[in-house]
Amino acid sequence: MSIAALTSEGAERKERSDRFRSTWRAAATLIVVAAIYEAFARSGMFPPALLPTLPKIFNTLVASLLDGSMLVHAASTLYRVLFGLGLAIVVAIPLGILMARFKPIEHFVLPLASALMPIPSLAWVPVFILWFGLGNTVAIVIVFYAATFPMLLNTWSGVRAVNPLWLRAAGAMGAAETALFWKVIIPGASPFIITGVRQAFLRAWIAVVGAEMLAASDWGLGWVIYDAKEFLNTDLMMASLIVIGAIGFVFERLVFGSIEKATVARWGMVRAAKK
Amino acid sequence: MANTAASVDDLTPAAAAPAHEARWRVVARNAFPFIVVGAIWETVARAQVFPPRLFPPLEAIGATLVRLTANGILPHHAFDTLLRLFAGFALAAVIGVAIGIAMGRSRLAEDIALPLVSIGAPIPGIAYAPLFLLWFGPGSVSTVLLVAFVSTFPVIFNTWTGVKAVKEIWVRSAQAMGADNRRLFRHVILPGALPYILTGLRLGLAQAWRILVGVEMLAAVSWGMGWMIFGAREFLNTDVMLAGVAVIGLIGLALEKFVFQRLEDYTVVRWGMITS
Repeated sequence: MSIAALTSEGAERKERSDRFRSTWRAAATLIVVAAIYEAFARSGMFPPALLPTLPKIFNTLVASLLDGSMLVHAASTLYRVLFGLGLAIVVAIPLGILMARFKPIEHFVLPLASALMPIPSLAWVPVFILWFGLGNTVAIVIVFYAATFPMLLNTWSGVRAVNPLWLRAAGAMGAAETALFWKVIIPGASPFIITGVRQAFLRAWIAVVGAEMLAASDWGLGWVIYDAKEFLNTDLMMASLIVIGAIGFVFERLVFGSIEKATVARWGMVRAAKK
Repeated sequence: MANTAASVDDLTPAAAAPAHEARWRVVARNAFPFIVVGAIWETVARAQVFPPRLFPPLEAIGATLVRLTANGILPHHAFDTLLRLFAGFALAAVIGVAIGIAMGRSRLAEDIALPLVSIGAPIPGIAYAPLFLLWFGPGSVSTVLLVAFVSTFPVIFNTWTGVKAVKEIWVRSAQAMGADNRRLFRHVILPGALPYILTGLRLGLAQAWRILVGVEMLAAVSWGMGWMIFGAREFLNTDVMLAGVAVIGLIGLALEKFVFQRLEDYTVVRWGMITS
């Protein structure tokens, strides 16, 4: 007993020192890479307009955040993404559930979905520009297109993957159709549905940046980056890249992570992620 | 031999009749939604709800498709796009698998590469496009490099996971049986990690494909599907655009069906790593 306790303590200590060493090395790597970048930027080998120094990028980032322009850009982009994603959720999840429950709907929707899915959403941008004009609508429709398919297919396979034993057990215990739906099918399919929303967000995030670059609309992170190219504002470009990365990271880790914890993990559908 | 074949042929018609009908029904069932959507499209286009320049009827799109294919313009565009896709993807595959394996095998490589990869990955690849265009100039070079850059991340992540997922006991038993490092790598680690590596390559190619068309629009390349569609916008050639979109869809479908499913069948399924 005491030996086991001792070894596990030893293993824990080793684990902790390993993790400490990893963190230390990671920090060292980032510092070294930053130093190399800075050395190149200052060496004058490349035009400073193309390779701005790190303090300059940082100053631009802070300045654009303080005067609010970056916030407005980020807000416009987020509005487009969330609007399109919301539309896609409202359409794709019910449709996916219907597809899984009713064969004729599946037979109708699935061939269309598999024909449209391999077309990258950005390929539609020029068509949609002609149809809807430049501006918000194009970006939202592109986001909707990009986000719908992962959500649809994941919901569909999630509902189909619900263990038939659970359905029969609930049926045998006298669950009504609505109870069956809300208490068995939805929680059972939820890991798939949440994966679908996650994938949909990733695709939507790519699509919105691309759509903003192509369908210029004065505001939006994609537009800033593209517009900065015209004036060789590489510092502003990199500052926007940082903002785009940060928003993507926040959504992926914090938003979806906590949604998952609040639903799927709590319902015991997946084991909580190992630390 | 011929006798057996004949007898099999004799046997099949009766047995195959329902199967044959089933196949016919499957085709009909799959075609039905397209017919419905096509009919709706055609009705809307004919009724001229929208200007016909912007919403051309199907036969106009079909005629454009045939015309552009026959005079060689469309194949040229498609060929250049595919060339960029595979050049970028090959670069990504080689670099990504190498980095991923190094990360999976060495703690030092993992500690060094992981923070960089985790910082680069959450930024959508197309956001880098203007930066790459400034650095490498407009045209094919930027496009290929950007495609390579974007598809490297999923390859790295999956290769790394795959190498780490190889069971410790396989490695140890191979070592106990006297396998040297090279054989250990070729016969244990590589096959063990391959399902993950293939998933990574598949995701990488899919991502590359998803942004390539967009990047071609931005990079002002002289040939390429993206440029063809984007350029057609100037002249309101909606039929050219839609024909291009259809071809892009076909290419995407072909990539999925012929490249990856084949690859998977030949390697992972045959080695028994996953059941098909």
